[in-house]
Amino acid sequence: MTATTITAAPNSFRTQPDERGHFGQFGGRYVAETLMPLILELEREYNRAKADPAFTEQFNDLLEHYVGRPSPLYYAERLTDELRKSAPEGHGAQVWFKRDELNHTGAHKINNCVGQILLAMRMGKTRIIAETGAGQHGVATATVCARFGLPCVIYMGQTDVVRQQPNVFRMKLLGAEVVPVTSGAATLKDAMNEALRDWVAHVDDTFYIIGTAAGPHPYPELVRDFQSVIGKEARAQMLSRTGRLPDVLVAAIGGGSNAIGLFHPFLDDPGVKMLGVEAAGHGLDKEHAASLAGGAPGVLHGNKTYLLQDDDGQITEAHSISAGLDYPGIGPEHAWLRDVGRVDYTSATDKEALDAFQLLCRTEGIIPALEPSHAIAAVAKLAPTLPRDSIILANLCGRGDKDIFTVAEHLGAKI
Amino acid sequence: MSARLSAAFAKGHPALVCFVTAGDPTPAATPAILDALVAGGADVIELGMPFTDPMADGPAIQAGNLRSLAAGTKTKDILAIAKGFRERHPDVPLVLMGYANPMVRRGPEWFAEQAAAAGVDGVICVDIPPEEDDALGPNLRAHGISPIRLATPTSDAARLPTILEGSSGFLYYVSVAGITGKQQAQLGSIESAVARLKAATDIPVVVGFGVRTPDQARAIARVADGVVVGSAFVDLVAKHGAKAAGPVRELTAALSAAVHHAREVTA
Repeated sequence: MTATTITAAPNSFRTQPDERGHFGQFGGRYVAETLMPLILELEREYNRAKADPAFTEQFNDLLEHYVGRPSPLYYAERLTDELRKSAPEGHGAQVWFKRDELNHTGAHKINNCVGQILLAMRMGKTRIIAETGAGQHGVATATVCARFGLPCVIYMGQTDVVRQQPNVFRMKLLGAEVVPVTSGAATLKDAMNEALRDWVAHVDDTFYIIGTAAGPHPYPELVRDFQSVIGKEARAQMLSRTGRLPDVLVAAIGGGSNAIGLFHPFLDDPGVKMLGVEAAGHGLDKEHAASLAGGAPGVLHGNKTYLLQDDDGQITEAHSISAGLDYPGIGPEHAWLRDVGRVDYTSATDKEALDAFQLLCRTEGIIPALEPSHAIAAVAKLAPTLPRDSIILANLCGRGDKDIFTVAEHLGAKI
Repeated sequence: MSARLSAAFAKGHPALVCFVTAGDPTPAATPAILDALVAGGADVIELGMPFTDPMADGPAIQAGNLRSLAAGTKTKDILAIAKGFRERHPDVPLVLMGYANPMVRRGPEWFAEQAAAAGVDGVICVDIPPEEDDALGPNLRAHGISPIRLATPTSDAARLPTILEGSSGFLYYVSVAGITGKQQAQLGSIESAVARLKAATDIPVVVGFGVRTPDQARAIARVADGVVVGSAFVDLVAKHGAKAAGPVRELTAALSAAVHHAREVTA
């Protein structure tokens, strides 16, 4: 038997999805028939846009002058030193951050929203809808709608409306209508159901800006492509600053858009390991949001992927301290990357994320969002196990201003 | 295509297709509700499989799904309800309608085999479009179950052949681009859409979404092979709970009289 027949690995990890929108067995277009012509048209238009230099130029221009890219690549020296204290002799990797929390609106979400609203306008759509959990994608969508003068309706679970009041007010300031969703547990999953119901009733004029690298094809692909600016920049910056590639990439995963944005440009660099960090909530044996660790393949919200579900295929409620990770599924490309073994996945609990949140505040003077705090928690465990000359690059995908009330409550502090 | 489904559309009058959610308000209450549909003159039964995330449904059917799940309805209960129905009503076609995940959870072959053993004639899966037919369709066809597809106002002439390929039983025309139980489409648009569909296929075309009253059903039955009523029944179950069989039978009788005689009125 030759080497080529015994290896399961593809020649490239960067050629997915296939022409039907499948990442291996995952992904696809599991939507109601009413939406099929629309998502087929979206796919055609996205392919035209990709081939259109004017589209790329406008996207890049907005990322530079409106979003504030490129975001810095930062060597976290004091965090590195702190983690070396518990490391064996000769160990304690360097920790670097991609600073996407410095973007306009405070998270990586805006990269994708800029791309999608340009697509919406190419398609002649005049009304924008979106779902949001923590409110970061809602704020980013409301922001680009204000920038381009399009009406905007944001669906948000009632539970999240209550725990993310500052972002609700931001969206309203930006001119968006925020619709609280009361069905189910009234969180991100239910907001997505309601956004799909709106879309199916307004197919003629409405564009749905999905916030993560999930949903029916071509969303997982186009969200990944728009977010890949993170990894492209980081790869070039790291080569320029250190003359080498990082040893390990680390990113938090809810749907997984910041992680796939960082990982994708590195997938064919065999020396670069990757670690996605799911939200383990109260613990993997209790309530959590880790669909790879605790879920099984299934179909929800337009794609096949790992889902938290019972034996009958009923979706179970996720839990995370981070509203942005509080979702029972994961983007289909992550499901595939896990199954083919290219990316490793782990998880961090609410408590570990809170500890990591405080660690970064104290050592680096950076208040991270609770989502990347999960990635930082994994970095804190990983760094002491690696040699001193190795490099970990983590995505700091959002800032923590929105989370200070949640954190204060968990620390027993009154604001 | 099952003989029962063929026969339902060969009675010389338009067919009344009635939808209720299995296990709503409880699995124990559903058989009497199904019997009431048959007694009232339903020609085809659509038995909804509850799902936690019914994305294409309006408030009435969402609530029905949640009531059923809250009552502890499991997939095995739904299959038992279907099997019991088949034993009591050997000739009335029964179609399962729902979302992909509960259908494929134990594998498509498991579901198709169990559904066939329970005497199910067709399956409508809201979120498996023709592009994802592999996820369930081949297994259904292998077990003699009709995969019933949906056509919508967004299904243009270029799209129709894709929808029709591999579908059988009947074609379900969703008359409004939207969710279940909301507004009804203009009759004129339904008439032209049905004419367009019937020009493209020989399988029966039934029309649903937003049909609640005998008058609405009669008007549609004049131009289509059948009419689907769903949310109106689910509302009755919401109102009357375990005592819904009586009111369900009354509504079915009024609807079936209107639908079965719709064309005599115009003749």
